[in-house]
Amino acid sequence: MNERVVNTLIAGEAGQGLQTLGGLFARILVRAGYRIVVTQSYMSRIRGGHNTFAVRASAGKIHAPDERVDLLLCLDAPSIAIHREEMREGGVIVADRADAEGAGDGEGLFAVPFDELPGGIVRGTVALGVLCALLGLDRAEAAETVAHAFEKKKGAEVAQANREAFYAGFDRGAARGGGALSLPAAPGGTNRLVMNGNQAIALGAASAGVRFCSFYPMTPATSVPLTLIGMAERAGIVVEQAEDEIAAVNMAIGASFAGATAMTATSGGGFALMQEGVSLAGATETPLVVVVAQRPGPATGLPTRTEQADLDFVLYAGHGEFPRAIWAPGTVEQCFHLARRAVESAERWQGPMFLLTDQFLADSLRAVEPFDIERLPAVRVGADPASVETPYERYRVTGDGVSPRLTPGAGGHIVVADSDEHTADGHLTENLEARVLQHGKRLRKGQGIRAEAAPPELIGDERPELFIVCWGSTRGAAVEAAETISASGTPAAVMHFSQVWPLVAEAFLPALEAAPRAVCVEGNAAGQFAGLVRRETGFAFGERINRYDGLPITPGFILRGLGHGDA
Amino acid sequence: MVTPEDFGSHETAWCPGCGNFQLLEGVKNGLAAAGIAPREVLFVSGIGQAAKAPHYLDVNVFDGLHGRALPAATGAKLADPRLEVIVESGDGCCYGEGGNHFLAAIRRNIGITMIVHDNQIYGLTKGQASPTSAEGLVTKAQPGGVTSERFDPLSIAIAMHANFVARSFSGMPDHLARVVAEAVRHPGFALVDVLQPCVSFNRINTFAWYKKRVYELGGDHDPSDREAAAARAREWGDRIPVGVFFRGDRAPFEQRVPVLRDGPLVGREHDTAALARIMDGFR
Ligand SMILES: Cc1ncc(C[n+]2csc(CCOP(=O)(O)OP(=O)(O)O)c2C)c(N)n1
Ligand code: SF4
Repeated sequence: MNERVVNTLIAGEAGQGLQTLGGLFARILVRAGYRIVVTQSYMSRIRGGHNTFAVRASAGKIHAPDERVDLLLCLDAPSIAIHREEMREGGVIVADRADAEGAGDGEGLFAVPFDELPGGIVRGTVALGVLCALLGLDRAEAAETVAHAFEKKKGAEVAQANREAFYAGFDRGAARGGGALSLPAAPGGTNRLVMNGNQAIALGAASAGVRFCSFYPMTPATSVPLTLIGMAERAGIVVEQAEDEIAAVNMAIGASFAGATAMTATSGGGFALMQEGVSLAGATETPLVVVVAQRPGPATGLPTRTEQADLDFVLYAGHGEFPRAIWAPGTVEQCFHLARRAVESAERWQGPMFLLTDQFLADSLRAVEPFDIERLPAVRVGADPASVETPYERYRVTGDGVSPRLTPGAGGHIVVADSDEHTADGHLTENLEARVLQHGKRLRKGQGIRAEAAPPELIGDERPELFIVCWGSTRGAAVEAAETISASGTPAAVMHFSQVWPLVAEAFLPALEAAPRAVCVEGNAAGQFAGLVRRETGFAFGERINRYDGLPITPGFILRGLGHGDA
Repeated sequence: MVTPEDFGSHETAWCPGCGNFQLLEGVKNGLAAAGIAPREVLFVSGIGQAAKAPHYLDVNVFDGLHGRALPAATGAKLADPRLEVIVESGDGCCYGEGGNHFLAAIRRNIGITMIVHDNQIYGLTKGQASPTSAEGLVTKAQPGGVTSERFDPLSIAIAMHANFVARSFSGMPDHLARVVAEAVRHPGFALVDVLQPCVSFNRINTFAWYKKRVYELGGDHDPSDREAAAARAREWGDRIPVGVFFRGDRAPFEQRVPVLRDGPLVGREHDTAALARIMDGFR
């Protein structure tokens, strides 16, 4: 990459408004036409502790987080010591003068008397002004974004106070000058959205016609329902906080059965409680989308960190046999499109479908081109009542396994569904021939799901000597690592799976086998995806790079794992 | 006019002499009396002998998981409030495995009628204690007798301000039909706990045992008086009252969900212009 990329880290305690500040900073950058990758790292507490909000920004395309920091904003004294080591040559640390005392007057330390500046009461906004000045952003434009955000939430007076505070900080920063930090102009692209993975999932699902979402709060999944709640009345969606995850999944199934396209979102522990419900959706052939936002386990694990260790869990979730598909978006755009895909697929194949994401992607704001949302259709719920044969049979045995689904009362038909094995009319049976017919019918849908499976995306050199194979949110880090390796003379490419089940060997095995070196990179210890590829195709990865310290995989982590030195 | 015959007649998997048969008739009669046609009803049940009941009616059925009828029914009701949603299941299913959902349904006051076959035993799994089993009841799983106190669904429901709380007895089919008709017509969450002898596994709470004790709440009971209802609900022993204990006037949950004021979720127009405006909010 030739364009300058600046990584800004905002660090402080929980309760200091880090997220608001970071979010606003991200919005200013996107408004100015930059691309961003946000990485949020927070502790499982409401006040105190140590949290960070990193915003990597560039005029050109960027894909991944960076471990090194160019611009550090410290909202408390400990942050200076904690992050000093991460600073890149020529980087600048911005801190309050009081906090900076005793931190050693390094060249790169810019101590600002936040509280003494006009508008110091909103010191976060003052600090934001300093950052924007150091990056060489447009003063008035950035102030406008700040004022606009406050005006929406808190009214004109607060907006004006923040505008002034922003100017005070900006002028202070401008007086010092950002030097090497200032970003080149980023023409165009100012129309982009600022959105994280979970918001994109919510919007994608809504655009596919989701009308009902039930959930029980669990980080890092909660922002999916919260986003839906934010749009509920305008979009015509009911979102209900259930009494537990068991209720959440059963509610969604009940709503879907009755004709409202439904989803639920949770993380590992909550998903563990949903198992029987997943199986119920399989048995009753009820469309259901489940978002599983991964965090490190087992059990409660590291509640606010990231991991990719629930692949096997989701793959085998629920008892008994039934078909499913699992998507693992690698970008915020994919979150949107694959959420749509999951909703469509659930409706088409009448069963549970999964979207596997993680804390990193869930919280990672990016600059996203607007979606063509006005032209994207919603799913059609159920069959046309006029098209069904009478007497109506909910589970009529068909060639592709898909039976005509009606919602209760549609066209005057009675609809019967049962979690027990049932006859074609939906009533429970212990007739073993009926069992074989129904089970075969359900499993046949797996062939159709398989035929539709998305092949992995190949990014980079067409004849790579090195394949970095990954899935889900690791995509960005792999892309940048491959770019670095290719630039150093070894042709490299990424094979990214945004659908991890079903795996269709013919779609990728030849390419994989043709590469002299293939490394599977994933955010877990056991190498679950590598194991899955081996089970499905017989291909054994000679090398694996695994991360399970709760942090997102970065290009640097991959490069070190490849023995390529640091980037 | 809706008649009980409209709900059909089917062979069952129940033991001869079981209280479930009369209960089923009572439900048919009650629905017919309330003028609810089979196609307008969605029965949601769990798993157990009682939970099979909806299969013996010509109605829409979602027979889901043990203990999980209420959440599935809640989802269905929110999707389409036009449906008359009735949960029918056993005491183990409704108060044991599904206990948390019972409390949540009362709190929400979701417009569902819950008919519980209360045989004070787990029938389908062959006679273990249920939450409503009497203390001291000896079963194969509780050979020294049940040591936990009996769960009292009516007292709990009244304490939590459930909108309609009633009890009936399968041996009083006319009473049962009346109570069911009233329950389905009453807005919000309605509990109908039905005493139902299990002839195979509960040798204590038999038909004769109930018959000797059960009496109807008279005109002197005022169902709008919660304190009086609570006092009556605690009566359990030599005399067991049946009837409508409490009738509240809380607005049903589905009427308080703003989105549903524009009609049911089912069949809604997809408003892409609204979505485009929502997307703009991310700028
Ligand atoms: C999750 C789960 N646990 C246990 C069971 C086994 N099971 C089926 S019915 C039942 C209890 C039945 O008792 P009740 O609900 O009172 O209904 P009854 O059969 O007495 O009518 C149990 C424990 C099950 N089906 N699912
Ligand atoms: S086991 Fe008991 S409750 Fe179940 S059908 Fe037989 S008698 Fe009735």
